[in-house]
Amino acid sequence: MKARSIAYAGATAVLLALIALAFAVGRYPVSLGELATLAGALLSNAPHDLASNVDTVVLQVRAPRVLAALLVGASLAAAGTAYQGMFRNPLVSPDILGVSTGAALGAVLAIFLSLGALGIQLFAFAGGLAAVALVYGVGSRLRGHDPLLALVLTGVVIGTLLGSAIALLKYLADPYNQLPAITFWLLGSLAAVAPGDLAIAAPFALIGLVPMLLLRWRMNLLALPDDEARALGVNTRRLRAIVVAAATLMTAAAVALSGIIGWVGLLVPHAARLLVGPDFGRLLPLAMLIGAAFLLAVDTLCRTLATIEVPPGVLTALVGTPVFLWLFAVSRRPW
Amino acid sequence: MTRLRALSVAVLVLALPASAQAQAEIVDGSGRTIRPPARVERVYAAGPPASVLVYAIAPDKLLGWTRALRPREAAFFDARAAALPELGRLTGRANTANVEVVLRARTDLIVDVGFVAGTYASLAERVQAQTGIPYALFDGRLDATPATLRALGRLMGDAPAAEALALWFEGELADISARVARVPRDERPRVYYGRGPAGLQTGGTGSINLEVLDLLGAENVAAEARAGLVTVSPEQVLLWNPAVILTTDPNFWQRAWTDPLWRAVDAVAQRRLYLSPHLPFGWFDFPPGPNRLLGAWWAGRLLYPRVFGDVDLEQKVVAFHRRFYHRSPSAEQLRALLGEPGVRPSQ
Repeated sequence: MKARSIAYAGATAVLLALIALAFAVGRYPVSLGELATLAGALLSNAPHDLASNVDTVVLQVRAPRVLAALLVGASLAAAGTAYQGMFRNPLVSPDILGVSTGAALGAVLAIFLSLGALGIQLFAFAGGLAAVALVYGVGSRLRGHDPLLALVLTGVVIGTLLGSAIALLKYLADPYNQLPAITFWLLGSLAAVAPGDLAIAAPFALIGLVPMLLLRWRMNLLALPDDEARALGVNTRRLRAIVVAAATLMTAAAVALSGIIGWVGLLVPHAARLLVGPDFGRLLPLAMLIGAAFLLAVDTLCRTLATIEVPPGVLTALVGTPVFLWLFAVSRRPW
Repeated sequence: MTRLRALSVAVLVLALPASAQAQAEIVDGSGRTIRPPARVERVYAAGPPASVLVYAIAPDKLLGWTRALRPREAAFFDARAAALPELGRLTGRANTANVEVVLRARTDLIVDVGFVAGTYASLAERVQAQTGIPYALFDGRLDATPATLRALGRLMGDAPAAEALALWFEGELADISARVARVPRDERPRVYYGRGPAGLQTGGTGSINLEVLDLLGAENVAAEARAGLVTVSPEQVLLWNPAVILTTDPNFWQRAWTDPLWRAVDAVAQRRLYLSPHLPFGWFDFPPGPNRLLGAWWAGRLLYPRVFGDVDLEQKVVAFHRRFYHRSPSAEQLRALLGEPGVRPSQ
């Protein structure tokens, strides 16, 4: 009990410190004094005499980006935790049912059609939802197999199909104009997040989050075989559908905002499990805290290391690979 | 050295009587020796810049476009060019062409214009070995255009036409350089080129995408960034605070005016955010062919109004179109081209 409280308190403290740091650093110099003045002015709703650019940098650039990193990190970690538990597999990531691939196809199609940033985000979101709906619709109709196995296999094959569609669009895209835009989107980045983009993504992510948090104690039952869970009076089919829908909403909203950022949804659940054990009720909030903190740290590095942006997926992989191997080496507990 | 050798070979070829059977060997831009057939009538352009150059030198010899012209693009060409088939790209970067299509088109010569580095040279070598069709590769940089025109003209047996184009192009480049030389450093505004839907992709000195800016000796705020396309953060753009922003993306151009972030940048606040024309081929960035000469005149006027103020853009467009696209745009087309929002300073 005590160790768990320490884990929660520690993660929260690290997250708060990271948020403060993220607001304080960046390519555009904003001093701590200016930050404090701005915060004071905002809290008291009074005018301030700061240069207007300070206002713009903090409120239009850093704030949405910090919030987006928190949102995307927490969403990916929550979805990854839910899926790893549900599929009883430590190598599962939020993309197992095709949500990222579907979102990528939507975004690539939008770029191919020369739509603007808003169109790309909406297409990506819709693509993610549609892909999972397709996988779930097909997978749950395949009778005579273990329902989870059927879902996973359907996810894999439909994901491959969507991947080919992306490849086809890349092939047909204008090589000088659209192809670079597609490549950059697929690399993932939070550089272009504006307050408006966040306003679209956040409600969907929160709608997905609520049922997951409310049902988190029951989700342990999803790890049981169906007949055992049914013996305990739980309709696993319905519970599973709710979890998939919630995780999909969160992930699709996140990916539409950031593009594809790997490793967060795979790595963070393991780190959280190491700290508080496999019980989903305790695991989910901590995984979200760690996910938010991890992506915020990575993104803060991405935007401060160099004049140009570093793709976050590169940094998460660089950190993720050794940490994942280490976690596996030290972990003795059942996942 | 290779250029010198190529030149002497060319002089030799030109000196030969017209009745000479097989043409002599020619060294292409990558240093490979090409032996073209005696008569080159059917040329396959492997990428968009090559299409533009081949069409400019000898419109009847171009077998097709890498991508069929869209109606808005075709409107700038005569009926034959507008109807040329789509044959696909053969460049290493993103092949869409089938080698059999190239063979079936009874191609005499394959031409690619762009990078001449190892990857592309080896690709050309492979296709040449596979098809038996000579495959020449030439430098696509803007300032190499006259040399490329000349070499290509010799290869295609159209040296006089190519020479005329090359001379004219050289004159234009020299005119631009002479004007740029008259702009003192402190009169050069800090300029940012924003690509992509969010305007956050740009390039450093030496990027093929920003050759026009390099030609204009412009103060590219991202000069220090890597050559090639990179993503930068909005904060970095605010920090650079460019006085002029050029873009090729209509979505970004539209959105920047109302986006609080971009409105905090001097260029947008002063209404110096410009959108490059893109018909029939892009003016500023892509495809990276001679079409970017118009982008240089366009951007020159926007960046250095004092020295480029007397340049008549309409006249430049007509002159370029007549020589390279073999058809003068109609008055209406000119108006549409230059009258699109963002192309010219709004007063």
